[in-house]
Amino acid sequence: MPEKIIKSISFGILSPSEIRKLSRTAIVTAETYDEDGLPIPGGLMDPRLGVIEPGQRCQVCGNTMANCPGHFGHIELARPVIHVGFVKHIHDILRATCRHCGRLLIPQEEIDRYLRLLEKLEKKWPLLALRLIEHVKKKAIKRMECPHCGEKQYKIRLEKPTTFYEERRGGVVRLTPIDVRSRLERIPDSDVRLLGLDPKEARPEWMVLTVLPVPPIQVRPSILLESGIRAEDDLTHKLVDIVRINERLKESIEAGAPQLIVEDLWSLLQYHVTTYIDNEVPGIPPAKHRAGRVLRTLAQRLKGKEGRFRGHLSGKRVDFSARTVISPDPNISINEVGVPLDIAKILTVPLKVSYWNVDEARRYVINGPEKWPGANYIIRPDGRRIDLRFVKDRKALAETITPGFIVERHLIDGDIVLFNRQPSLHRMSIMAHLVKILPGKTFRLNLLVCPPYNADFDGDEMNLHVPQTEEAQAEARELMLVQNQILSPRYGGPIIGGLQDYISGAYLLTSKATFLTKRDVVELLAAGGYEGPLPEPAILSPKKLWTGKQVFSLFLPSDFNYKKKANINVGEMACEDEECFHDSYVVIKKGKLLLGVIDKKSIGAQQPESLIHFIAKEYGYDAIREFFDKAFKIFLRYIEKHGFTMTLSDVEIPVEAEEKIQSILSEAEEKVRELIAQFNQGVLEPIPGRTAEETLELRIMEVLAEARDRAGEIAAEYLDPFNHAFIMARAGARGSPLNLTQMAAVLGQQSVRGERISRGYKDRTLPHFRKGDIGAAARGFVRSSFRRGLTPTEMFLHAAGGREGLVDTAVRTSQSGYMQRRLINALQDIRVEYDRSARLPNGAIVQFTYGEDGVDPMRSIHGKAVDVNRIVERVVGWKR
Amino acid sequence: MGGKKTSRKSSGKKQGKTSGSKKSRAGGKKSRKTRRESGLEKHIEKELKRVSEVLPPSLIEELRTKLLEVKDIITKEEASRIIELARLDYLNNLVEPAEPVGTVAAQSMGEPSTQMTLRTFHFAGVRELNVTLGLPRLIEIVDARKTPSTPIMTIYLDEEHRGDREKAKEVARRIELTKVENVTRRHEIELYEDPETGNYIFTVILELDPVMLEDKGVSRDRIIKALSKLKNIEVSEDPENPYRIIASSVARDLTHMQRIKERILGVKLKGIKGIRRVIIQKRGDEFVLMTDGSNLEHVLEVKGIDPTRTRTNNINEIEHVLGIEAARRAIIDEINNVLEDQGLDVDIRHVMLVADAMTRTGEVKQIGRHGVSGEKESILARAAFEMTVRHLFDAAARGETDMLTGVTENVIVGQIIPMGTGVVDLYMSPSKARPPGQGE
Repeated sequence: MPEKIIKSISFGILSPSEIRKLSRTAIVTAETYDEDGLPIPGGLMDPRLGVIEPGQRCQVCGNTMANCPGHFGHIELARPVIHVGFVKHIHDILRATCRHCGRLLIPQEEIDRYLRLLEKLEKKWPLLALRLIEHVKKKAIKRMECPHCGEKQYKIRLEKPTTFYEERRGGVVRLTPIDVRSRLERIPDSDVRLLGLDPKEARPEWMVLTVLPVPPIQVRPSILLESGIRAEDDLTHKLVDIVRINERLKESIEAGAPQLIVEDLWSLLQYHVTTYIDNEVPGIPPAKHRAGRVLRTLAQRLKGKEGRFRGHLSGKRVDFSARTVISPDPNISINEVGVPLDIAKILTVPLKVSYWNVDEARRYVINGPEKWPGANYIIRPDGRRIDLRFVKDRKALAETITPGFIVERHLIDGDIVLFNRQPSLHRMSIMAHLVKILPGKTFRLNLLVCPPYNADFDGDEMNLHVPQTEEAQAEARELMLVQNQILSPRYGGPIIGGLQDYISGAYLLTSKATFLTKRDVVELLAAGGYEGPLPEPAILSPKKLWTGKQVFSLFLPSDFNYKKKANINVGEMACEDEECFHDSYVVIKKGKLLLGVIDKKSIGAQQPESLIHFIAKEYGYDAIREFFDKAFKIFLRYIEKHGFTMTLSDVEIPVEAEEKIQSILSEAEEKVRELIAQFNQGVLEPIPGRTAEETLELRIMEVLAEARDRAGEIAAEYLDPFNHAFIMARAGARGSPLNLTQMAAVLGQQSVRGERISRGYKDRTLPHFRKGDIGAAARGFVRSSFRRGLTPTEMFLHAAGGREGLVDTAVRTSQSGYMQRRLINALQDIRVEYDRSARLPNGAIVQFTYGEDGVDPMRSIHGKAVDVNRIVERVVGWKR
Repeated sequence: MGGKKTSRKSSGKKQGKTSGSKKSRAGGKKSRKTRRESGLEKHIEKELKRVSEVLPPSLIEELRTKLLEVKDIITKEEASRIIELARLDYLNNLVEPAEPVGTVAAQSMGEPSTQMTLRTFHFAGVRELNVTLGLPRLIEIVDARKTPSTPIMTIYLDEEHRGDREKAKEVARRIELTKVENVTRRHEIELYEDPETGNYIFTVILELDPVMLEDKGVSRDRIIKALSKLKNIEVSEDPENPYRIIASSVARDLTHMQRIKERILGVKLKGIKGIRRVIIQKRGDEFVLMTDGSNLEHVLEVKGIDPTRTRTNNINEIEHVLGIEAARRAIIDEINNVLEDQGLDVDIRHVMLVADAMTRTGEVKQIGRHGVSGEKESILARAAFEMTVRHLFDAAARGETDMLTGVTENVIVGQIIPMGTGVVDLYMSPSKARPPGQGE
C-alpha cells in the first residue's frame, strides 16, 4: 500500500461558486421527514447528503455507510448576510478602501512600493509582513479622501456584532450587507493583497455570505432515542431555522411585502446565520433549544478542551489499552509489569505468521479467545478479519494458517507494553515494561519505579498500551524501557532508587553492628540471586561471622571506587573524611564497601552523584537494573529478618525531659506576654519598614519557633538513637527530625498564610479565648505533642493549618498545570539539529549550541559534562 | 562532642605535618624523583594534546590541574586512562541530533512546579521586605509581565560608600522617593472667602515632622522651594512656627480642593520615582541597599552606587535599559532563584532554553498566546493551543498554508512527528532481502 504524506494544508474562504459546485442539492424546505418517516428531498436530511442507514448505498458515491464521507448541500440565501467570523476583517477593509472606487486609500506609488516590500517579506519574514500590513491598514484608515478618485471618505462604525453604519454628513446611514458586498467587490486584487488577504483564496466579498454550505449528515447525525423519537443534532436545528426564515424572506420579497417586514426577516436571517457559526458572540442572545439548553454550533464544536482540536485531534482515544488499579510486587524486575490474566486475554499483539512461527501461531489459534495464551482474531492475507469467538472448529482453521496470515494473539510474558500514570508531567510518566502475566485483577509494579510515576498504592490506577507495529515495539524496547529512563534529564541524576524500607534495610544491613552467620548470609544471597563464592568471613572465631558490608559488596562491580558522605553525616555524626567514628563516610574501594553505611545518599531515589548514579553511568543501564533487581532484594530480605516497626514508645520521652520542655515552652509564652505588654505600652521597637503590629507578630513567631527547636533538641537528646523512628529519619527513609519533634515534644505554631491563625470569631479565633487575646495559645500555638494528644482548641487550630495545605495543593495543581501546558506549547517544536544547534522546524536558531556546551542534561553528571574528579576517583580511588 | 572534634582535627593536622617532613627528609633522592615526575608530566601533556581537538579548553585545563594534583599516586597508564575516559565521557554525553530538547525543558520546569509552595510571600533574607517567590513568581516570569508584583532592587555601592553605614544612608536618601507627604506630621485645611475678590481661598497648612526631615535629609527651605514651583499656589511660612508651611490657592469646588491637596502632598522632594522604600543591609563587610520598587534607569545614574553589580527583578526594565542579552540573563537568574529557593534541582540548560525561546526575536516574548505560542507559523498549532476559532478565521482570510513542520500539526493529521526517530527515514530494498530458508 503506498503511503501518502500530507505536505501542507491551505486555508481559504469558499466562494459562492465553489459552494455551489461542492453542493449536491439546494436545500429549499425546512421540513426534514415526511409522515412515513422518510427524508424529504430538498430537505436537510436529503439522502443525497449522505447515507445514514446501514446497508444502504449512497446515491451519489455508491458507497455504504462506513465508506461514504457524506456530501455537501447548499442554501441560496435570499439576501446576503455578514459572516460573523470576518466582521473585524470587513470593518478594516471598508475603512481602508474608497467608498466610491474601491481603491486602497494610499497613493499609487506607495502601493507599488509596499507591494514590492511585501513580496520580499512574505518569503522570509512572515511576521514582519504581518506588521507591514498592519501599518498599511492604519495609514489607509487615517486618510479621509481617496487619492485615486478624490472622493471624500466617512467614518464607518461597526455596531457589534454584524451591523455597519456610515457616519455621513447628512446623518448616520446603515450599510446593508448588499452595500457592504458591493463595496468589497470593487476592490482590485492588487489592493486586496496589501490588506493582508490572498485574493485567490479569499476575495473580500466572500466574507459576505450569499450561499451557505450545508454540511453532510455525517457531521450532524440524528440520534434515535429509546422512545423511538428522532433527536436532531444542534446544527440541524440551526439549519432548519435558517432555511425557514430564508424561505419566508424569499416569499416576502417575491410577494412585494413592505420594506419593514423584509428588513425584519433579513435581520432575523442574519441572527440565525450568526449563531449557526458562533453561538457565543457577545451582544446577542445565544440560540437555545426548546428546553432552554444553549445550542452547540460550529465554533463551539472546535473550541476548548473538549472541542475538536484539543479533544479529538491533539489527543485521540486508542485501542489496545487497559486501565486498572496498581499494587506493589517487589519480586518482579523493575522493567516488568504484572498484567492480570483477564486483561492479557483481551489485549492482543499482531503476530505476522512466517516460516518460523507457523506452529506457534497455530497453537494460539487452537487455544482460541478463551484459553490463554490464545488468539482473538486472524487476519487473512486478503485482509479479511476472522473473529475466533465465532469459529466452531478452530483446529481446522489453524491448519489453514500459512505465512502471510496475521494472528492477533494474546499478550504473553516478554511482550513490550507502555505503562503510564497521569498526570503525565514528564517523559518518565510513560515507560515501556515487559509483560509478566500474573493472577489477580491489578497491575503489579516494582516499588522502585514509584518515584518516576509518582505512584503509590492508595487506589491509584494506571494505563497500559500495547504497541502494534514492529517499529513501535522496537522503539519502546530501545528507548523507553525502564532502565533507559533511570537517569532524569531534569537534573542529570537517577530518578529511580530506593525509598522507605529499602533505605532502612540498607542502613541496618550495612551498619557496623551487623554480623551475620553463614545461614543468614546464604539466605540473603539467595534472595538476591547471587551466584558465586562466599567471601572470607570477617570474624573467624569463635564463630564464622560476616558483616553486612561484605554481603552488600558482593553486588558491586569489582573495580568500583566511591566515596561520599552518608545521609547520617550531619550534626553530631558529621565527619569530613575516612577517619569516621560514626561510620557516616562511605568508602568503597575495588568493589568492597569498607566504611560507612549505605543510606539515602547512596541508594536513594532522586539523589544525583550517588552510588546508583555512578553504577548506571559507568557500567550501563543493564548493570544498574540488575543491581536494583538483586541488591535491593537483600535490603528487603534483611529488614524482614531484622524486624522493623514503629511504636508509641519510640517517641516517648522521660518525665524529666517532658518537664524541661514544658519549662522552655512556659518561658517562651512568658516572653510572648512580655512582647505583647511592650506593644500595648507602645515601647516595642519596630523593625525598620514595618509597623508595630507586624513587628510584634514577627517577634512572637521568632520566639515560639526558637522554643520549638529547643524543645526538639531536648527530646532528641532523650530519645534512643537506635529506635526505629529515629533510624528512619536519620537514614532518610521516612520522616524528618521535625516530625519526630512534633510527635515527641511539641507541635509548635500552626499557620495560615504564613501568619499565626487570627480568623474566626470577632477579635478571637475561638470562643474559648478572651476577646483580644493575642497570646500564644489563642493564636494557634500547639503546646501538646502528637503522643500526648491535642486539646480540643489545639486540635481545631491544627486542622485549620492542615486545611490550608489541602486547598493550596488543589489550587496549585491547576496553576502549574496551565503553566506547563503553555511551556510545552511554546517549546515543543525546538529540537537539536545535526550541528548541535537548537532550532525551530523552519530552521530558525534558538541556541547556536544547545545549552551552550552541547551536552545532554540527562547524560551529564548533575549538570557537568565531564566529572573529572569522579574519573580520577574511578581510576585511582582505591589508592587513596 | 565539640572537644573531641577539635582534637581529632588537630591530630589530622599533625599527621599532615609529619608526612611533609618525611618528604623533605627524602631530599636526597629528589633529583631522581623530579625526573620521574617530569616524565609523567610530559606524558600528561602529550595525552592532553592528543585530546585537545575533542575536548573544550576549560575541560583540558581542569584535567591538567586535577592530574597534577594527584601526580604522586598515579602512573602513566592511569593518567592515560583518565584522559581517555574524559574523552569518551565527553563524546558520549553530547546531545543526540533530533533530541526534542524543547519538550524536555518544558517538562523539566513544569514537573517540579507542582511541588512548589503557593505562598506568595516569603522572607528572602530581608524581613523588612516581602518578595514574591514560588509558583506565582515563576508564572510571572514566563508571562513576561511588565512589572513584577513585588519589584525589588539590590543596589551595591561604590568603594567610597560601601564600608560605612552613614555614607550608605546618604546614597539611600538620594534614591528613596520622598514626597511632602512623607515629611509631614499632619496637615490642616482652611477655607475662607476673600473679601476683596469674593473668591474662596483654600489653604493647606502642613506641619512638618522634624524627625523625618532629619531622617530623609530634607530641609524646610527645600520644601518651600519645591512647593513654590507649583502653579497657582502661593507658599508662605508661619512666622511663629518654623515647622509650619502654608500653601494657599483659589478653590473652585470641593473636588478641585481635593485635587490641590493631593498635588501638594504628592510633590517630590528628592529620590527616584517608583522607589518606595530603601533598606540598608549589611552583607559580609559591605552595606547594600534593598529597595521596594524598581527604577533601574534612574538608579544607575545615582552617584555612589556600583552600577556593575546593581540589579533589579524587573526584567522589562532590564530589557529596556541594558538590552536583550541582559534580559535573557536576568530571566535565567530569576528562574534559577525561584527554583533554588524552593530547593528544586533543575539543570540550567533547561532554564536557558526557556530564556532563549523568550528572547529569540530580540524582545522579551511571553510564553503563551500573546508571545511565543501566538507567533508560531503553524495555524493548526495555534488553533490547538488557544483562541481556536479566531486563528482559523484569520488563516482563511489570509489564505495561509500550514506546512506541517511542527509537532502538533503532525499529531493532528496523524503523521509521524519530526522529532527523535521521526526525523530519520529508513529505506529497505525488498528485492535484496533473503527469502525464508535461504538465510545463512
